[in-house]
Amino acid sequence: MVHRYFPHTSADIAEMLKRCGMESLDDLYSDVPDSLKLKRNYDLKPQMSEKVVRDFFEELAVKNQPLTCFAGAGFYDHYSPAVVQSILSRSEFLTAYTPYQPEISQGTLQYIFEYQSMMTQLTGMEVSNASMYDGTTAVAEAMLMAVAHARKRNRVLVSATVNPIYREVIDTYAHYHGVTVDTIPEKDGVTDVAVMEEMLNAGDVAGVIVATPNYYGILEDYTGFADKIHAAKALLIMTAPASALGVIRTPGEWGADIAAGEAQSLGMPLNFGGPYLGYMCCSKALIRKLPGRIVGATTDADGRRVFVLTLQAREQHIRRDKATSNICSNQGLMALYAAVYLSLMGAKGLREVNEISAAGAHYLAKRLVETGAFELKYPDKPFLNEFTVKFRGEVKLIDFMEVCTSCGCLPGVMLADDELLVCVTETRTREEIDRYIWRAETFSKATLPSFAENKNIND
Amino acid sequence: MNKKYYGKLIFELSRPGRQGYYLSKNGCDDALDSLPANLLRENAPELPEVDEPSVVRHYNNMSDNNFGVDTGFYPLGSCTMKYNPKINEEMASLPAFSILHPFQPSATVQGALEAYYELQKMLSEIGGMAEFTLNPYAGAHGELTGLMVIRAYHESRGDLKRTKVIVPDSAHGTNPASAAVAGLKVVEVKSLADGTVDVEALRALLDDTVAAVMMTNPNTVGIFEHNIPEIAEIVHECGALLYYDGANLNPLLGVARPGDMGFDVMHINLHKTFSTPHGGGGPGAGPVGVRAGLEKFLPNPRVVRRQPGGGDALFELDFGTEKGPNALGRISAWLGNFAVELKALAYILSLGADGLKMAGPLATLNANYVKECLRDLYLLPIDRVCKHEFVFDGLADKSTGVTTLNVAKRLLDYGFHAPTIYFPLLFHESLMIEPTETESKETLDEFIGVMREIAREAAEDPETVKAAPLETPIRKPDDTAAALNPVVTYAEL
Repeated sequence: MVHRYFPHTSADIAEMLKRCGMESLDDLYSDVPDSLKLKRNYDLKPQMSEKVVRDFFEELAVKNQPLTCFAGAGFYDHYSPAVVQSILSRSEFLTAYTPYQPEISQGTLQYIFEYQSMMTQLTGMEVSNASMYDGTTAVAEAMLMAVAHARKRNRVLVSATVNPIYREVIDTYAHYHGVTVDTIPEKDGVTDVAVMEEMLNAGDVAGVIVATPNYYGILEDYTGFADKIHAAKALLIMTAPASALGVIRTPGEWGADIAAGEAQSLGMPLNFGGPYLGYMCCSKALIRKLPGRIVGATTDADGRRVFVLTLQAREQHIRRDKATSNICSNQGLMALYAAVYLSLMGAKGLREVNEISAAGAHYLAKRLVETGAFELKYPDKPFLNEFTVKFRGEVKLIDFMEVCTSCGCLPGVMLADDELLVCVTETRTREEIDRYIWRAETFSKATLPSFAENKNIND
Repeated sequence: MNKKYYGKLIFELSRPGRQGYYLSKNGCDDALDSLPANLLRENAPELPEVDEPSVVRHYNNMSDNNFGVDTGFYPLGSCTMKYNPKINEEMASLPAFSILHPFQPSATVQGALEAYYELQKMLSEIGGMAEFTLNPYAGAHGELTGLMVIRAYHESRGDLKRTKVIVPDSAHGTNPASAAVAGLKVVEVKSLADGTVDVEALRALLDDTVAAVMMTNPNTVGIFEHNIPEIAEIVHECGALLYYDGANLNPLLGVARPGDMGFDVMHINLHKTFSTPHGGGGPGAGPVGVRAGLEKFLPNPRVVRRQPGGGDALFELDFGTEKGPNALGRISAWLGNFAVELKALAYILSLGADGLKMAGPLATLNANYVKECLRDLYLLPIDRVCKHEFVFDGLADKSTGVTTLNVAKRLLDYGFHAPTIYFPLLFHESLMIEPTETESKETLDEFIGVMREIAREAAEDPETVKAAPLETPIRKPDDTAAALNPVVTYAEL
């Protein structure tokens, strides 16, 4: 058969087989026991033309419903500049492997160096690795790093205000790696520092994991945390969505030893869960404990400043079971995404993203409360662009959610039967926000107006 | 590729007052100023200030110093650098998928869930497994997940003393590293002179403390482990499970399935066998498949298909509501690198059953052809029919002092990517070549010609080869200095 991805003609195949002293392609598998051979075609459709492939995806695509997004919970609908996708589709970046040959990989190595530089600026930390898979695995690896650093102590404390999805991944890694994970309870939506101190007193804690903003959107005040944690010889691990770090107090400023988290908020498409980008930064003292690739600057034979993968003695291909992690690839192309995005936005753009998002969120929060359908769950706590509300409507919150969904709007993420986590980013227009408020007023009542009358309010 | 080095950093293009964005405002009152000052950062991050055209030109110039599969031949062993079809990219960037928030209700993401489910079924058919999870983000993450599945299985039987994993000495480095992260001890088993696992040595290691044996088949020397039925039997007899590292699955496409060989758990690198781009080191995808009976140990969430009352199929996320002590829990935020999965789905549809059936044999043909055309000048330590790749132990003539590293660097001068070097660890001068099925005979002949020319140069003008590369954008970076005094950010320069 001929396929457009295979260059071989029948004459090529015949000639190549002859060179190998063989008569048929089957001869290439003479070493495979006959009993193991698949003597039928895969139960799959025959090859498709591009048109049919497109039709196949289009048929799936129409089964998805786009929603105006007021959901966050760790995954944010920010603006994606056209430039980024254009650069990511450069085949020299897209179709390259890990930069093992620095002489012909300076493109990849340079953008990773830029990425590392930018992430250390955002997190306020000294060093960064070349990226991790996503925020959840980055934090789980930070936990393993803390345990490896502490040697004999293998207990890790996680605040109850950390995103529960992160917690689930942390728990999975911890269970199999033999790490004990305990929860620091929350008090009025923030980490209970008094209980944390008691827990630290046991003397067996390797690390403490906290979030900013926390899962409920609250900007917690971590004053004094680093000192208490360091006094117990444990490491402070802090996670934050990368975009927010453009304005909020950084892990570095809070005295964290490791900053690890999700960088999807740097304009990356939501893509139904991935690919995203995990980041991992730490103090220089811990650099040899970092997992994953690290790019460093050096000079070449002609004295030019160039870039290479460095400190590889930490990694799996050298140290095997003694490596700092099993991670092999990083999230290469997504690190390029972050670098290009931050090049375009700069500090000023990132600040604007946060200003507009926070302005929209505070406006929405205030107006939602005014409708009487919602009240703030933590009215005294500061938030950036995400907040938790309690539903006070006459219907059930789930019914309100369904009505909104059918209008093309995702009003947030339900945290409980009557609790909603609501997020506003700079991509939400005033009209979209106002329609949300209108829906809260209208659809929280026991008698829902008919959809026919309200076609014009759909997103 | 541009042989002139670009070398600038974006920070060096920065000028105060430039900007590369414009954002629409929503007209709401500023809220940042009302936040307590101690919750905000003191100084703005030092990020570049650059206009849009300069950003575009900067990264395009940078990419010109990079070599990808679209640039030229990339015979990197164990990495399966095949052509990355363009239709895959187009499908993965359809807005109907890319704008979906993972928290959207199932009813609004039926197309996305169906795509996941379909790919899961296709991989199960190709792997000979009962079910796949697509949640792991990369090959190494798949290995880790697979080993966790195996531990969950043993735990469910109350068999807690199985704490060891056996890996061949030729295994990929991720195998022992993943075992260590999964809390397992690693024991190496020797290979025989022909590169296959020593079955007797393996038998001696098997006891009731072994959780799993990890194998790559064909192995990293490119040789099919023909004793696999016997290995599966003795592994299962001792109560352990057999894990398939799918990094080398490509040559078996259309020919044989890991499930039929007795493997219990496997991972697949979508970025190798299923043509999704490597992206300079990610994002990849490492789906994990299990044989019947082990499905319940797969990580959350799973995508399940229901057909209430025989009506239309309905896809849902299953979070294992009856989360017992055996459930693995979550190993990723959501359903893995979803957009990468869409690319692999487009690839399988494009090739179809008939195309996939040819991919394995053509990859194997290409590898054997290159091997046969070079074996007189390069040392072939294992003289057998190979699969997708094979290993030379450097040049046949060792008297010249020209090493595998020199040969690799000289290849760069001739416009080829280097093969994998100094791996596997079985030989001192390993040079591991994997051509893949998407390379033409002309390309292979050109590569063969260059490899022969380098062998001639090594004999007649060894100093030139030792000085290589001579024509790349940069030459011989100082790795030692980089590691001695790590400079990893612009601020440190």
